[in-house]
Amino acid sequence: MFHWLEKNPFFFAVGVFLVIAFAGLVEILPNFAEASRPVAGLRPYTVLELAGKEVYKKDNCIACHSQLIRPFKSETDRYGQYSLSGEYAYDRPFLWGSKRTGPDLHRVGNYRTTDWHENHMWEPTSVVPGSIMPAYKHQFTNVADIETAYAEAVTVKNIFKTPYGDDIKAGKEAWEAYKPKVLAEAKAVAAQMKNKDVKDMVAAGKVPEVVALIAYLNSLGAKRYEAKK
Amino acid sequence: MQSNAALEYDYTIAKLYTYTAILFGFVGMLIGTLIAAQLAFPDLNYLLGEYGTFSRLRPLHTNVVIYGFTVSGIFATFYYLAQRVLKVSMAESKFVMFIAKLQFFLYLVAATALVVTELMGYTQSKEYAQMEWPLDLLIVVIWVLWGIAMFALIGIRREKALYISMWYFIACFLGVAMLYLFNNMAVPTYFASGGVGSIMHSVSMYSGTNDALVQWWWGHNAVAFVFTVPIVGMIYYFLPKESGQSVYSYKLSLLSFWGLMFVYLWAGSHHLLWSTVPDWMQTMGSIFSVVLILPSWGSAINMLLTMKGEWNQLTDNPLIKFMVLASTFYMLSTLEGPIQAVKSVNAIAHFTDWIPGHVHDGVLGWVAFMIMAALFHMAPRMFKREIFSKNLIEAQFWIQTTAVVLYFTSMWIAGITQGMMWRAVDEYGNLMYSFIDTVTVLHPYYAIRALSGVLFLTGFVMFAYNMIKTMTSAKELTEEPQFRSPMA
Repeated sequence: MFHWLEKNPFFFAVGVFLVIAFAGLVEILPNFAEASRPVAGLRPYTVLELAGKEVYKKDNCIACHSQLIRPFKSETDRYGQYSLSGEYAYDRPFLWGSKRTGPDLHRVGNYRTTDWHENHMWEPTSVVPGSIMPAYKHQFTNVADIETAYAEAVTVKNIFKTPYGDDIKAGKEAWEAYKPKVLAEAKAVAAQMKNKDVKDMVAAGKVPEVVALIAYLNSLGAKRYEAKK
Repeated sequence: MQSNAALEYDYTIAKLYTYTAILFGFVGMLIGTLIAAQLAFPDLNYLLGEYGTFSRLRPLHTNVVIYGFTVSGIFATFYYLAQRVLKVSMAESKFVMFIAKLQFFLYLVAATALVVTELMGYTQSKEYAQMEWPLDLLIVVIWVLWGIAMFALIGIRREKALYISMWYFIACFLGVAMLYLFNNMAVPTYFASGGVGSIMHSVSMYSGTNDALVQWWWGHNAVAFVFTVPIVGMIYYFLPKESGQSVYSYKLSLLSFWGLMFVYLWAGSHHLLWSTVPDWMQTMGSIFSVVLILPSWGSAINMLLTMKGEWNQLTDNPLIKFMVLASTFYMLSTLEGPIQAVKSVNAIAHFTDWIPGHVHDGVLGWVAFMIMAALFHMAPRMFKREIFSKNLIEAQFWIQTTAVVLYFTSMWIAGITQGMMWRAVDEYGNLMYSFIDTVTVLHPYYAIRALSGVLFLTGFVMFAYNMIKTMTSAKELTEEPQFRSPMA
């Protein structure tokens, strides 16, 4: 059979394809629907948080930080409750990372503050002596792309049925109508910060990357859930 | 028409990819050395403003060495050896030549776009699949063009039976195509939101745990179908050619090939041990990782036994040295991987520097060694000159071997140290170390790794210099060497 295959490239290729496609079908498909379901009470990211997630991606925080707390006592002691599958239901892409040069961040919002992040992003060694993380000063002047974050919210709402409210809908006009809400959220974060440039930019209707990023980091943990009524 | 005259093979395309392999190899390893040094000496993060941080450069390093250096090496060796094992010249078909040239041109465009967009921060943040959707489309076109060239060459072949190397290249083509397509499924937000925001942005079709599974199904098997499959294809051609020995066992090559094809894909979930994917998937990943030793070692042993009775060549031909050491590192790496895939070991190893350590004994010791040896073997045949300097190859070999050993030993120690410190508890059961303690302790190992980077890069510059001299000023050859590559 193998001699025959080696003389018939078409069937050879078909054979190889079948053999390699098999594992993906068996391992990925069976659990697909279940793994898409959120845990009870999980809320989607706000537009500002989505913009912050883009900053997280752009500066590639996953190179050094994970968002996956493994079920060991040493990890739950350090970072909190171990991660659950349903907590990631609105994470597109997943940002688990594969390397911890720095600590895990999956519940960082539970134990760090806006002020701490501001100091840390400006100069990491000022809050963590010995840190080898670079400073991300450019995030204090670069403007976050909140419009694209809004486009992402619209996309996941319409295509993947992520439960956003009726005010998130397609089109430029809808975005212009929604924008003040994002700016208000940014103002609330900036109010707890001390950097003057940041405050000025937010007052002028622009959102510096660091504000969006901090909003995102603060959301990781307990704030990922709907407020209890 | 069959004729007895020797075929004149056309190496235009193989030469072009040889140049890019040298260029991207240098660039990728230079960035790698820089980011290794940044971990030991953080001030190096500020050389290029916001574009020079470790986090921004790290994917650039991986992408340039994977899609620049390795893939160039794959295309260069393919366009060289496919003609020879199929007994057909590229010059015989204007169509194949046109497709291959177009492919190379688009490849350059994509490589440039990749570097620019990643520095600017356009990324899907999926490892080894950072490229945003417009680039993904371009890459699909390039890959399809390669497939067309491959099957067109196969279609006009004179040698009816496909040689082992061709099996591996066909598998490389199919495997990467399937994995790449599925992992990069994304919706561009600009079109889905009625023209709002950036046109470059897209959102993954999968979320959370599913995204992780698909990503590591890709991430693991990109290693399979880029760093393993075509490289095995190379060694099956170049080691017998350089040594003048025939492959030790046809049956072993059959077993290894089909075994590798079937087993490799299952092992992807070993990247997700102790994560939120179901337990049975994790266990499957562990089990198949261990089974994977069989086909991997099958190929490696088949190559080592090919040298049976001719081990003296190891002492006097540096290219044989490179290839034998490459298959030895392949064995080391494919034993280390399954060890790390055991759940209890993984609990310590995951998230630590042991993982990049493991990756690099594979990619430096196996992939880079094999590609450089292959290009050295091809050079006298493509450029009709002998290799510029044997002494330089010897020196390069020892410098780079030292570099690889320094790399993985320092990362073994670093990884296990960190893994143990994260979980260490005092007599009352409290964590003993704060996180930063587990970072500062690694400084000496990071420094050693940076040194190993400098050494490997130095070796690569020697390789590049030797190749350029071979192309331009080495002694000309009157006839093609049959086996052993002539060198001064």
